[in-house]
Amino acid sequence: MEKTKLSMYQLYKDMLDNYLQSKSEHALYAAQQFSKEMMEKDMSPEEMVSLHMSVFQEMVPDLPEEVVDSFDLLLEVMIGYGLAYREHQSLRDRQQQLESELNVAAEMQQTLLPDEHIDAKGIDFGVISVPAGKMSGDYYHYIQDEHGCIGVAVADVIGKGVPAAMCMSMIKYAMESIPEQRLQPAALLESLNRVVERNIDSNMFITMVYGSYDPRDHRFYYAGAGHEPGFYYSASKDTFEELTTKGLVLGLSQKVTYEEYVKDVQPGDFFVLLSDGVTECRTEEDFIEREQITEMIRKYQHLPAQDIVNRVYRELEKMQDFQLRDDFTLLILKRDV
Amino acid sequence: MQVQTHVDIHSEWGIVAARQAGRKLAREIGFGSVDQARVTTAISELARNIYLYANKGQIHIEEATSSGKRGIKIIATDEGPGIKDVRRVMEDGYTTSGGLGAGLPGVKRLMDEFKIDSEPDEGTTITTVKWLR
Ligand SMILES: Nc1ncnc2c1ncn2[C@@H]1O[C@H](COP(=O)(O)OP(=O)(O)OP(=O)(O)O)[C@@H](O)[C@H]1O
Ligand SMILES: [Mg+2]
Repeated sequence: MEKTKLSMYQLYKDMLDNYLQSKSEHALYAAQQFSKEMMEKDMSPEEMVSLHMSVFQEMVPDLPEEVVDSFDLLLEVMIGYGLAYREHQSLRDRQQQLESELNVAAEMQQTLLPDEHIDAKGIDFGVISVPAGKMSGDYYHYIQDEHGCIGVAVADVIGKGVPAAMCMSMIKYAMESIPEQRLQPAALLESLNRVVERNIDSNMFITMVYGSYDPRDHRFYYAGAGHEPGFYYSASKDTFEELTTKGLVLGLSQKVTYEEYVKDVQPGDFFVLLSDGVTECRTEEDFIEREQITEMIRKYQHLPAQDIVNRVYRELEKMQDFQLRDDFTLLILKRDV
Repeated sequence: MQVQTHVDIHSEWGIVAARQAGRKLAREIGFGSVDQARVTTAISELARNIYLYANKGQIHIEEATSSGKRGIKIIATDEGPGIKDVRRVMEDGYTTSGGLGAGLPGVKRLMDEFKIDSEPDEGTTITTVKWLR
C-alpha cells in the first residue's frame, strides 16, 4: 500500500509536471487513463484531492495561503462523494451477488420443465418458452403414457418475476401429486384447482389449459382455467379456429367444475397452446392481433412443429425490438399427415 | 495520559463543537488531513442523528490504544427512542437522505470499528474507532 501510494505520488507528479509545461491534450489523456487505474486501486475522491494538493504543494512551495486552505473545503465536500462512491461499489457487489443467485434459481427452474422428447409415431410436437426476465411465470408440461396418449399443458401465473416463478414451481409438484387424472383435462384441472387454492397465496392466480391426445381414436380433449384461448388448425378446411374454453382461473375458489371439450383430429390438423405473453406482444404502435399470430404460423406451417414455434418466436421478438414484456410460451401438437 | 472530551449535543452548535473537538484530537494523534476529515464527518453524522432523533445526548471523544496501535474513539450516546430495526438501518440505501452513502453505513465505512447498542425507548450508544496507520 505504502509503495503504491509512493508510486502514485510520483506518477501523478510527473503527469502534472508534464501538463503544466505542455498544456497538451496528451497529458490530459494520460490523466483520464490514470483515473481508471486509481479506481481499480480503490482510491477515493478525497484521497485524490489530497494527492493533488500534496503534489502541487511540493511543486509550487510558496502557494498563497488561501489556495492551500481552500483545499480543506474541497476535501470536506469530497468525503461525501467518497462515501457515495463506496456505497455504489458495495451495492454493485450486492447486485452481482443477487444476479448470480437469480441465475442459479433460473437454472433450477429450467429443470422443472420436461426435457425428454416426445417421439410418438404420427405426432409432431414443438414448444418454446422464454422468460421476460431471468425467471418465468409460465409453465408448460407434456407427457406421454404407456398407450402413447399425450398430455400437454400451458400455465401462466398472473404476475411476473420471482414471485410468479416460485408459484410456477409449485404447479409442477401439484401436477405430480395427481398423476392418475393426467389424461382427463377437466378432472385434472378440478384437482389442481383444489391444490392451488389450498397452497398458494390468495392473491396469486394461475391460468391453465390442458389438452390430451389419444392416438388410438385420434381425439383431442381439452379444458381451460381462464387461460388465453389457443387455436385449432383444421387441415381439410385450412382454417384456424379458437380453442375457447369456459372455466375459472385456478385457486380462486374451492369447488370449481371445468367443462371438457373434444375434437376429432384429422391428418395435418394441429393445436396451438400459448400464454398471454404471445398475444400481448406489442410493437411500437399497438398490440399484435391474434390473426397476426395465426398468419405467422401459417407461413411456417410446412415446417416441423419445433421450427414453427421457434420462428414465430423470433419474428415476434424482432417485431418488438427484442424486448419481451411478458413471459412467452408457445406449444404446437400436430397429427402428421 | 489519555485525552478525553465530552460534548453535549442539543443543538446544531453542539454538532459543530463535536466536529471541532474531534478534528483537533485527530490531528494531535497524528491523522493526516483526509482521515481528519473522515473522522469529523463520522462525528457529524452521529451528532446529527442524536440531535434529530433523540433531541439530546453526548459525544465522547478519546484517544484509543490497543497493542501498540493508536487511534481515536468516538462514543455517541443518547436516551432517545432507540433504533427498532438496527439491521435495516445498517443497509445501504436505507437513509432518509435517499442513500447517497451518508448515514450510519457511511460512518461504519469511514471508521475501522463500529458497534451499535440500541434498545427501543431506552436509547442508543454507538462506539466507533479509527486506527492510525
Ligand atoms: N440516535 C438515534 N436514535 C434513534 N433513532 C436513530 C438514531 N440514529 C439513527 N436513528 C434512526 O436510524 C435511521 C437511519 O439513520 P441514518 O443516519 O443512517 O440515516 P438518516 O439519518 O435517516 O439519513 P442521513 O443520511 O441524512 O443521515 C434514522 O432515520 C433514524 O430513524
Ligand atoms: Mg443520519
